This record gives sequence, structure tokens and C-alpha cells, in this order.
Amino acid sequence: MDTHLTDDVVGPLPGDYKSDVKPIWCPGCGDYSVLAGITRAMATMGLERHDTVVVSGIGCSSRIPAYTSVYGYHTVHGRSLAVASGVKLARPELNVLIFGGDGDGFSIGGNHFLHACRRNVDMTYIVMDNQVYGMTKGQASPTTEADWCESKLTPEGPGVNPIQPVALALACGANFVARGFSNNPNEVARLIVEGVRHPGFSVIHILSPCVTFRPEQRNWKSTVHPYGREPTDDPNEAMRAVLEDDGFGLGIFLAGNRRPFQPESAATRSIAQIEEGFAV
Amino acid sequence: MTVDSVTIALVGSGGAGAMTAGQMLLDAAANVGWYGLMSRSTGPQIRGGEAAALVRLSPTPVHGPGDRFDIIIAFDWQNVERFAAELPLSDKSVIITDPSQGEVPAVLAASGAKQVELPIKELAGRIPGGRVNMVGLGAVAAIVGLPRAGIDAVIQKALGKKGDAAIQASNAGIDAGSKEAAGWNLGLELAAPNKEGATRWNISGNEAAGLGALKGGVKFCAAYPITPATEILEWLAPNLAKTGGKLVQAEDELASIAMCLGASFSGVPSITATAGPGLSLMTECIGLGVASETPVVIVDVQRGGPSTGIPTKSEQSDLNIAVYGLHGDAPHLVVGPTSIGDCLFTTQWAVHLAEALQTPAIVLSDQAMGQSRAIVDKPADAPHKANRLLATDLGGEGKYLRYANTESGVSPAAIPGMPGGEHTADGLEHAENALPSSQASDHQKQLDKRLRKLTSYDYGDAWADVEGEGEIAVVTWGSATGPSREAVRRLEAAGTKARLVAIRLISPVQPAKLAAALDGVSKVLVVEQTHGAQFHKFLRGHYDLPGKVSVFSRPGPLPIRAREVHETLLSLI
Repeated sequence: MDTHLTDDVVGPLPGDYKSDVKPIWCPGCGDYSVLAGITRAMATMGLERHDTVVVSGIGCSSRIPAYTSVYGYHTVHGRSLAVASGVKLARPELNVLIFGGDGDGFSIGGNHFLHACRRNVDMTYIVMDNQVYGMTKGQASPTTEADWCESKLTPEGPGVNPIQPVALALACGANFVARGFSNNPNEVARLIVEGVRHPGFSVIHILSPCVTFRPEQRNWKSTVHPYGREPTDDPNEAMRAVLEDDGFGLGIFLAGNRRPFQPESAATRSIAQIEEGFAV
Repeated sequence: MTVDSVTIALVGSGGAGAMTAGQMLLDAAANVGWYGLMSRSTGPQIRGGEAAALVRLSPTPVHGPGDRFDIIIAFDWQNVERFAAELPLSDKSVIITDPSQGEVPAVLAASGAKQVELPIKELAGRIPGGRVNMVGLGAVAAIVGLPRAGIDAVIQKALGKKGDAAIQASNAGIDAGSKEAAGWNLGLELAAPNKEGATRWNISGNEAAGLGALKGGVKFCAAYPITPATEILEWLAPNLAKTGGKLVQAEDELASIAMCLGASFSGVPSITATAGPGLSLMTECIGLGVASETPVVIVDVQRGGPSTGIPTKSEQSDLNIAVYGLHGDAPHLVVGPTSIGDCLFTTQWAVHLAEALQTPAIVLSDQAMGQSRAIVDKPADAPHKANRLLATDLGGEGKYLRYANTESGVSPAAIPGMPGGEHTADGLEHAENALPSSQASDHQKQLDKRLRKLTSYDYGDAWADVEGEGEIAVVTWGSATGPSREAVRRLEAAGTKARLVAIRLISPVQPAKLAAALDGVSKVLVVEQTHGAQFHKFLRGHYDLPGKVSVFSRPGPLPIRAREVHETLLSLI
């Protein structure tokens, strides 16, 4: 639902979508700005709070449902996309957004990510990527560089190549793929609005620094850059562009045309009629 | 002279049509008014390899497999050694064999069973389009005295679409087999059917569970196939759609249960079905359902375990994981149907209980019930529908408390779409207002509340099937109930009174109700199909059992037979 700001109709404000719970995040965490972007996006779209469900898994970013004032389900590690799929498939009229981090989304929840992309349920997944497990005090995540040696669990570095979330999303068939940077909540909000409005499964990869365990990520401010092309509806073209990009390009890579998955059903028979089939 | 029950094995490698013939035999028996039970014996290879249709027919309801096979008809002997142990015979049994298939394997011949030759392949070969299984069906029908009209109706129903030639070929095959067997006089004619009485159904346990879900009000199912639970999902897929619900094939069991929780969180009663390995994968999310107080029903059709175990055979060894498998203190519902027909009632009841108490309910079915088909009196109908306590005063001044510490322990739920009820359901421990909390007082309060809502609820008489009287009692559950019931009735027929207590509500436990059911009992026999006596230990942990307690516990895959329970009871008297 769109709410137009006119003289006599005052639309909802970002603050209307915030709860009064204080986030547990460390000072300087990128997720504060993402939260600001989320509530701005919700206000921009004028979402009815009671018709909106946010689902998360486990981890720092997965705490977001408690910080919003819509319906939320803070689930278990890695399962947010499956839980959210159940919400949207059962109640298609609800707005469904999912929040999580790189570990939740691509490691323990990797299989669900793959299948959420190919299933293409009409919902929006916002992944806050800081390339580290923050809540368990700084281990390598699936997006951490192979030679990052700061974790006690992998003192020689994880030794394996990081996943590229945007390329993965495209390869698995996501219908809308974008990347943002937490430092710019307005742009984050714009991407979320575009993603929610686009039919099908939208993946919004957001670089969101963990200054506690990855202080060097403060430099992302100067590393990120506009991706520089218009969104395409051709997954092949988007994939070529993503592979040419350095992983810090911001923008909408793909706004595709796949039909969302939403099985329809209408009651055509009574249970009594079905039971008759068992009678001898 | 007639018999009260006849047990038949139709044996042949995949493609011989043993299953089809068994199914037709059961259907034909149903048509003429008999009761029956058919289980399947197959290896894990699905197609090819050994296969047997195991059928028991009787004029009265059939509770379990027969003590031994009265008739074995073999279309071939391929791989029969692999499951010879599943085909108990005696010198009163009859083995019908095709001489062209070679001699009866020594492992079966050693029983001393009478052997009768029937040139099955030759007879089928004389008929254009003739099939060995129809010849076999004709022979068995003649032996047990099955009226031809019953078979005609089955043939018409099964082959009507294939046209007259197929029907004629089948009829000719049946005639040929029937004609040969007519003069054998084996003394295995079944007593006349009693056609009076209740409407009869032809249903499998898995279908009954699916129907129970529908009748309970389930509108969403997320599914991942696994033997022997798949038929529940396959039955639900079209039938949920016809009644306005949805079934989604998920990527794995983790997703199945998680999707169900999501659907249920949004207010839609949900179910999934699985078997042991899938239940293991689901346990984390079942715990989430407990903590977040989200109703969901999981039907676990048990098979031989541990690990991949014996997927196509039955056992009751998932009891421990169903009751104790969740981490933390996570009280939830566990129920077990006591028969094929009861899979309907118990699953429907589970939907009702899960919704009423806002918590997961595990239904412990098993392969022996799930994949067996029976002719039963129309199963009892639970008078229950999903009915979640919804919050009503969301417009008020006070902030909505999702996890309000009510006296009953059940907190009024708000679901998406209800203005004013916005909250975040959480698997993290939380305060009444649903916000995460690690405070001792909040933890204690919520643990107490989640236990209280289960223990203070009135479950009525459905907690167990209780019958009989006397000082000796069999306490059992699940598919061990059938043979236990038959054993108790045999004891009674011989003049010794006995009781049967088949516990349907496994958890939460009902100590006062069991004590009342066993009042005056001096000997208890616990019957279960596990290696580790899981049910006996469970009873020992939660109940006081009177008198001398004995245990009959053995693992699958061989079914527990009434004879075994009866002999154990006799040894206790």
C-alpha cells in the first residue's frame, strides 16, 4: 500500500516501525543503519504493521525483529527463509521480510538460500554481510577471505575461498538481486522498497561492517562504489556484470521476470465427500 | 468345516503382481463383508527384488498379523530366503508352488507344510494376456471360499478403464486358478461374512493419518519424502488442495518443519510427516515450537533404527527421541495411535491438542500401521477441530502480552493481521511481553507456564484404550496393541480374565488415570517392539506399576504376533 504525503493525510513515519527495545549491537555496528533503512522503507511503503511479518534466524542482525513494531518471528540458526516461506505460502496477503547475516544465510542456512532463490516466493531477504561471526566472537564466515587469520578457530585463515552472495543468488535463480552499504540508510531503504515491490524472491545484500572484530571494515566507506549500470531483467547479463565487479559495487543487478511461486487452492470438495472414497 | 481367520502370503519378485493380487484379494473380501489386513514385505529397493503381500482375512475385525501363514502361494522363489523369517509356517500350512519354478526352498519346506502344485505359469500362458497373479488369486479365492461376485466387482473397478480384453484375461486367469484349486479340500474355508453392522472402510494407516489431519482442520503441510511416511504426504497433496489447503514440497526435513512453524505462526494449522531420520533433523525446530508456543503436528511413521536402519520395516524405537529428543526442558505432546483406523482419531486429536495448547504434538505411528491396509468398521471420529485461543482485547490500553502468565498456562495468541497484537515470537527465552530475557525469574515463569498448560489440561478418556478386567494386565502402545488385544481375548476365551491398557497419550503422562486403570492388578506385562525396552523404562520413570511387572520387548522387523504375547501371558499365570 502506498501512502502519499499530502497536506491532510500524514503517512507513517520510520519511528512508527521501531520498537522501544534498545539494540544489543556494539557501538559502531553497521546494523544500526540498516535498521534505520528498514524502518524508512516500511514508512515509504506505508506497510500496515499488523499485515507485515519479519522473520530472522540467529546472529547479531537476526535480532532485528525485536527492534521493529510489526509481527516478527526470531527463529533458529539458518532456518529463517524456510519459516518465512511458510508464512507467505500460507498467508499470501502478508508482507514478508527476512533479516539475517552471512553465516545464518550462507552457511548453516545455505541449502534454504539455494532453494528460496529457485522457489521464488514473493518475499524480500535482507542479508547483512560483515564477513564474520560476531555473536560468537569473531570466527570466519562463508564470506570471509581465505587468508583472514584473526580467528582462534582458524589461526592460519579459513583457507577456502569466500562465497560471493550476489553471484550465488543469481546462479540459484533469485528474481531480484541488489547490493547496498549500511552507511547510506536512504539507499538501503530504496533498495528494500524496490525489492519488496518486485514480485518474487528478492535478495538484498548489504555490506554492514563489524567494527569490533573486523575494524578494517571501516575502510569500506572508501571501497564501495556505484555498480554503474541500469538494472537488467536478464540473469545472464547480470551475472556477467557481477563477475566483472569487485564485490563492492552498489546497485540493483537484476530485476527479473520469473513468476512467483504461490500454489493456489480452492475448496472444491467437502471432507465427507473425500471420506466416501474409503467406504467399502 | 470353516475357520475363523486365514492368513495368506502372495510371494513373487517385483513385477509378478503379488501386491496387486493381494490388494484385489483384500478388496474382494471387503466386498463380500469380511474384515482383513494386508501388509507388504519389500526390500528397500522399491522395485524388483523380493515382494510379498501378506493378507489376513476374517469374519470379525482383524487386529494384527496371524500367528502363522495358512497359505503361501509363490509365483517364483526368487530371493525368498531373504524374508523367509517373515513367513512363519507349520505342518498345518499349505505351500502352493508352480513346478516350473523348481522345488520349494529348504528354508520353507523344513516347516513340514503341505505342498500343493499349481502350474501357474502354464495356466496363465494359455490365456491371451493372461497373468500369473490372476491365476494365483483364483486359486486362493477358491481355497478360502471367497464368492466370485466379490472378485468381479474388484476386477471391474480395477480394469474397467483398460477395456474388455483385460477384464476377460483376468477373469480367465481367475477361473483357471479357481478350477484347479476347487478340488483340493484344504479345510481353509473362511466362516461366512457377517454383513450386518457398521459401514466398513478400506484404509491404510497413512491415509487415516492424512484424513485425521484434514478433519482436525489442517490447511498447510510442508513435506519431504521418506519411507514409510511418504503416503501420508502423497495422500494429503491432492486432498488438502481439494479442501482449500496447501502442500509444499520442501528441500529437506529442516525446511519442512520450519515452513510448518511459519504457516502456523501466521495462524494456519499445519502438519508434516516423517520417519526417524527426519524426526532427528526436525528436533531443533520442534524445540522452537515449544519455546515460541507455535502449534504444529509431526507424524513420525517409525521404522527400524538407528540411523537409516531398516526403512521398510516396523519398530517402536523412536519413543525415546519423541519424548526426550529436544534439548532443554521442552514439554510437548506425544501421542500414539493404537490401530490402523485409530491413526485417524489420534492425528485429529493431535491437531486439536497442538492448537489448544499452542505447542508441537508428535504422533508416533509406525510402518506396520502406516503401510498396512485394513478393512475396518468406519473409524471413530474425534469430535475436535483446531481451535486456537486468540487474543480479543488488543485494542485496549495495556500492551499485548504474547506470553502472558495465565492460570491455565495458555496465553491468548495474536496472529498477523490482528492490529494491536504485533510482537516477536521467540525461541530465545523471553518475558511475558515476548522480548528476549535471560533473567532467572522470566525463565522460571515461562518454563512453569509451558509445563502447566500441558499438565493441567483435561485429556478425558482418550488418554488410553482400556478394556477387560481381572488381575492380569497388558500395558502397551501403538501397533503392539493389536496383537496384545488378540492375546488378551484368547486368554479370556479360555477362562482367564485379563485387562488391556493401550496408552494413546504418551506425554504428558497420566499417573492417576493409569493407577485407576490398573487398580487391583497383580501382574503387568509390558509389550513393545524395541530392543532397549524403551516403553518399559518410560513407564518405570513416570508411573508406579502394581504387582509383578514383566516385559515382552523385542525389536523389529518381524511383527509381534498374538501367539507370542499369549504364550508370555500363559507363562505368567
